[in-house]
Amino acid sequence: MSTIKIRAKAGDKVTKVSALIEHPMETGMRKNKKTGKKIPAHFIQEVVCELNGTVVLTALWGPAVSKRPFLQFKIEGAKKGDTIKLSWVDNKGEKDSAEAKIA
Amino acid sequence: MKKLLTIATTLGLMFSGSFAVQASPQQDLKEFRSYFAKRFPDVPFQEFVNGVYAIDKASRAQWESIEEFPPYELSIDKGKKLFETPFANGKTYASCFRNGGIGIKQDYPYFDTKTGKVVTLEGAINACRVKNGEKPLGWKKGKIADISAYMAYTSRGNKVNVKVPSDPAALAAYERGKNHFYAKRGQLNMSCADCHQWNAGNRIRADLLSPALGHTTHFPVYRSKWGALGTIHRRYGGCNKQVRFKPFKAQSDEYKALEYFHTYMSNGLEMNGPGARK
Repeated sequence: MSTIKIRAKAGDKVTKVSALIEHPMETGMRKNKKTGKKIPAHFIQEVVCELNGTVVLTALWGPAVSKRPFLQFKIEGAKKGDTIKLSWVDNKGEKDSAEAKIA
Repeated sequence: MKKLLTIATTLGLMFSGSFAVQASPQQDLKEFRSYFAKRFPDVPFQEFVNGVYAIDKASRAQWESIEEFPPYELSIDKGKKLFETPFANGKTYASCFRNGGIGIKQDYPYFDTKTGKVVTLEGAINACRVKNGEKPLGWKKGKIADISAYMAYTSRGNKVNVKVPSDPAALAAYERGKNHFYAKRGQLNMSCADCHQWNAGNRIRADLLSPALGHTTHFPVYRSKWGALGTIHRRYGGCNKQVRFKPFKAQSDEYKALEYFHTYMSNGLEMNGPGARK
């Protein structure tokens, strides 16, 4: 099961891409209430979005981004039927990606 | 002469007694609906299931964009898995419910005339677990909310159908719930009705007060405030705390009676759970 839910809608001039990513985005500063120990940092560091194979967005995230991050942005030069691919890599080296056709 | 006087006074008392009788649930429902129809004349009856999003454009736009990726979706999937996983004894939740537990949430809560108690959906879920040798789940969040979310999802579109039989214990539970709704409580001395009926649509600090008509149809609810799914009794506790009243326990007789009255007031409205709210 993918951690990314992605939707892309073509408008008159711009295409709006929305994505919701299931990720704990742990800052590394929170403490486990029972043990008192810090919960290790686990957050997405890089998000890349490609339009038909060309990178259109690179995001460099840190622990300031909250759990289950929602990302929404607009791009030009896309049309209905094109493929949008979103991928992320986190500080543990884990990754995931998802694709969607522009509606 | 004395006999005639006794008969006359008895008859007189009988008739005066009938005028003092409490309004029936059906009468209450009629008045409740007409109050909100008057207060929000531009809102179609079925739209009330969307709470504040039926009465405020700006919040509706935000809610619609949240609904693009419904925050409760994962809970429905989790709930479905929990619902279908058999207990240690091999039985499943389906064995405890009418129609295998699918599309039945609109019947809850109901009054069990045999035990003389109000039965809520969460109550029935845990009763099913205990009956099959499993430990009951916590009442306010987590697995019970996930299962309730799945059952709510299968019931979407069905019209709320809470029944109050003409059984004195059922009517007493209904009245207890009604009293809770209208009684002022807590340090802030406010009732449920103060916010959700008399001031529905008005602002309370940064929030907009939702109308009580259609209140219960979207539960269990994913509240942005909780960042998670919660049951209606979780919300009741929170509401009581907000007026600085020590809350009752989840699934206590008091909250069950409240849920009974509260849901009855949304009869005829289409179920739209689980929902997403602020």
